[in-house]
Amino acid sequence: MSLDVSSVRADFPILARRINDKPLRYLDSANTSQKPQAVIDAMTTYYEHTNANVHRGSYQLAVEATDALEGARARIAAFIGAEAAHEVIFTKNATESMNLVANAWGRANLGPGDAVVISEMEHHANIVPWHMLAAERDIELRWIPIDEHGQLDLHDLDRLLDGARLLSITGMSNVLGTITPVRTMADAAHRAGAMVAVDASQLVPHCGIDVQALGADLVAFTGHKMLGPMGIGVLWGRTELLDATPPFLGGGEMILDVSKDGFTTNELPWKFEAGTPMVADAVGLAAAVDYLEGIGMAAVREHEVALTGYALRALTDRLGDAIDIHGPSEPAARGGVISFALTDVHPHDVAQVLDQDNICVRAGHHCAKPLMRVLGVPATTRASLYLYNDETDIDALADGLAGALDLFAL
Amino acid sequence: MPGLEDLYREIILDHYRNPRNRGELESPPARRAEGFNPLCGDEIVVTLTVDDDVISDVKIGGQGCSISQSSASMMSAAVLGRSLDEARQVIRSFKAMMSIHEHELGGEADSDEVEPGGDDNVPLGDLEALRGVVKFPVRIKCATLGWNTLEQAIDDTP
Repeated sequence: MSLDVSSVRADFPILARRINDKPLRYLDSANTSQKPQAVIDAMTTYYEHTNANVHRGSYQLAVEATDALEGARARIAAFIGAEAAHEVIFTKNATESMNLVANAWGRANLGPGDAVVISEMEHHANIVPWHMLAAERDIELRWIPIDEHGQLDLHDLDRLLDGARLLSITGMSNVLGTITPVRTMADAAHRAGAMVAVDASQLVPHCGIDVQALGADLVAFTGHKMLGPMGIGVLWGRTELLDATPPFLGGGEMILDVSKDGFTTNELPWKFEAGTPMVADAVGLAAAVDYLEGIGMAAVREHEVALTGYALRALTDRLGDAIDIHGPSEPAARGGVISFALTDVHPHDVAQVLDQDNICVRAGHHCAKPLMRVLGVPATTRASLYLYNDETDIDALADGLAGALDLFAL
Repeated sequence: MPGLEDLYREIILDHYRNPRNRGELESPPARRAEGFNPLCGDEIVVTLTVDDDVISDVKIGGQGCSISQSSASMMSAAVLGRSLDEARQVIRSFKAMMSIHEHELGGEADSDEVEPGGDDNVPLGDLEALRGVVKFPVRIKCATLGWNTLEQAIDDTP
């Protein structure tokens, strides 16, 4: 079933906003997505009817709040194909999820000389935690290079994985849109005896995932890029792996017992959830999952592939040699993340000109400075699509870019 | 709402397209400083030669958006041939012009900054074209990057 954009758009109140009597052209969903009314309502209803702290009160509200949190966990677990709800750990965002992996699993398992394999197209969230651990533990970081088409160059993968303890890799580049062959890489990593962590922050919102089919051991993603609220992320892990991993943050909720001599940790998932959790955000994320599944992830993906194809054609037709689009040229090989350079116009000036027409794009390094260096650019302009965008947004972008070229033409 | 014509004045675009005093002097002997805007990746390298307390040569290197690059270009033209004291006065006057809006926004401004119209103010000439930047608060850091870097370069002892 294909997606009806006009009816989708009607579900997102912010898209009706006009600024200076012009419509909003929101093309920054790789940064954060907008929220449908159903998500906003679910969170409002939670606060209006249910709010209490969880796992400790003995009264009706507290029971309902606990059910809301654990119901949301089960909903998200089902969405990603987890074997059990307790494999879904709630975090603040994907960055915290990756820090959990580095700090809890990494500290327990990595020592001097151990290697972690990442790629040149990682977000800083999957780079800096490893740099921090490398400084502390003297571990080695190995980098999978990218080729001229914006794909991972896997020719040397087996050599890079030889003796490695972990492959930590993005499922979809937040700059190039490249969808990486996670399953192939995960199988290679497992053959080499390495664990596999996946930064699925861009993959989950646009393609959905089945963690069993993905072949990973740990998967991080964030709620706010998939129609959910800011402030909640997920780390999924296999039960036996999470059981064998020491806790991350210490405090309430994550303990079974505390004495003057020490503590014992709680069971999964609470072992990794110190302190009062973000219950309303979990409820909002579950509502976002309901919304996405109501439309169907296959329909979302189909819409985005078609719109990405339209965008690649429209921008090239309109701007010709003046635009250089990074990443794979085949829409089916990529997400709707379109980074580009416009001849003689700096990304910040591009974004400034587009803002005059309420066209929201991101200019900068996109938290991927190593990739910027590989691409040989200081920054890019990035337009990113989601299920609520349509061809009129792309046409407005092309018009705006043509205007920027005119303004800055030498 | 401020329009693009407030920001991208013709003289600014001219300096962006044809930057003045572009390059880098050998340091030492030249004084040198690098400035970065980590949010957007803009970078400016200022090198300058001082003879008898006068800036006898200045070069601007680096890369970035039209505002950061044109501001640095105009700055180089404004301080070339000036004494260090005069250059510092131009810096103060320019930063005062850029901080007007920061005051209005409740943003932070350097405590030693002069108020516009104060005795210390010097005519800014072409630099007045950058006044429109204050209507775009996120771009003020672009406009001031070169100036902060120049201040560091003046204080550099090669």
